[in-house]
Amino acid sequence: MNKLALTFKLNGRKVSVEVSPNTLLVDLLRDDLGFTGTKVGCREGECGACTVLLDGIPINSCLLPAYKAADRSVTTIEGLAEEDGRLHRVQQAFMVEGASQCGFCTPGMIMNAKALLDKNPNPDESEIRHSLSGVLCRCTGYHKIVQAVKTASGIIGPEE
Amino acid sequence: MSHIFKDLHWAKEIPLHEYLVPQSLTEALDMLAKYRGKARVIAGGTDVIPQMRHRDFEVEALVDITRLPGMDAIEQEGNEAFLGGLVTHAQVASSPLIKEKAGLLADGAARVGSPQIRNIATVAGNVVSGQPAADTSIPLLALNARVTIASRNGNRVIPLTEFFSGIGKTVLDSSKEILTRIQFKTLGENQGGCYLRLSKRQALALPMLVCSSVVRVAPEKRVIKEACIALGPVAPIPFRATRAEEKLRNAPITSETLNAAADISMKESAPRDSLLRGSREYREEMVKVFVRRSLKGALEQAGVPVD
Repeated sequence: MNKLALTFKLNGRKVSVEVSPNTLLVDLLRDDLGFTGTKVGCREGECGACTVLLDGIPINSCLLPAYKAADRSVTTIEGLAEEDGRLHRVQQAFMVEGASQCGFCTPGMIMNAKALLDKNPNPDESEIRHSLSGVLCRCTGYHKIVQAVKTASGIIGPEE
Repeated sequence: MSHIFKDLHWAKEIPLHEYLVPQSLTEALDMLAKYRGKARVIAGGTDVIPQMRHRDFEVEALVDITRLPGMDAIEQEGNEAFLGGLVTHAQVASSPLIKEKAGLLADGAARVGSPQIRNIATVAGNVVSGQPAADTSIPLLALNARVTIASRNGNRVIPLTEFFSGIGKTVLDSSKEILTRIQFKTLGENQGGCYLRLSKRQALALPMLVCSSVVRVAPEKRVIKEACIALGPVAPIPFRATRAEEKLRNAPITSETLNAAADISMKESAPRDSLLRGSREYREEMVKVFVRRSLKGALEQAGVPVD
């Protein structure tokens, strides 16, 4: 098996690693680089827990050969907070709204929500639901998740 | 504990020796030739990776074509639209040209998988996978699309109606050919199209039925000049209901006409009982409903209101 030299940007920092031809991005992130915030749910693109941003666009990292990240930029849940540790407004909103039960889908939900708000700062509810439609929450706590994205977008205040 | 999981698909490593990234089409075709069937093309990878994990096929190398130049654009020349082989579902679903001039294809592309899948999965890949339920193959069939297949011997252009040969099978020889372009005539005056999908949920759900229709009506809007009806997954391949289309040629626009076309389409389909997709009887009835509904949708877009 021929190893490949892979260089890419991870959460703004340049990373150079050797990967096997069959390494998937999610395994590179979790097992080799220790970025375990990204979760593995189904390994076939059904659950969306493994969502990361590739050049700002949400994709399933369980379906992406790691080498496809070459010379590109990958953002994981660990890359959302500010340098000083202040959480991203989507993360803050998830906490304020209690939008997490078991928490397994949360990184996938937050990455999709961030990508939506980067592109469309004032989404309506159907746009929010559409943007989250590729992530399954098996606690089925969708209401508070949608509420959190609304809160993050600033269109409404936190639910009392 | 790990032995408990060893037979589960997600516990399996993907067997692969090489991951190749050609920079030109010639280089990609040479790589395929070198491996004599032991290499497979990968673009978005959203079908290839799960298939390899399930051991649907085994190869020594993957040839990643996503860095080939000039294949990632949607272009228009006269009334012809061209989709490069690397154009994604998200691109098609949001393209102003496709939305305006081939809305049924934009609607189909918008329903594949999930947003994350559509961001990376290519329309050409959806077609090449040859699935009878493919959400873009069916509107493309109704649009009389043609595909360009490149090999070391040059290009061939074939109608999509001649492309599918069985479940997951097409006439493209994946050991030496690459689908580089899809083209079709955009819809103009007196024409309309419609895409409909039956599935349990709005996202991440396999289609139980997909139906697309395209119609051309006479300028006075009382007669259908020509109609194309494409259906899946109600036969081994996505197909055109040609006998129903024949019935609609030069037919008056009445509900009797549409009902007759719906009945014939049902007879041209052969859905199987499926735990995932519903019983044969149910889907036969739904073929009738969807053909009628999609023809109405297409006629409305062509400027003909039908009740």
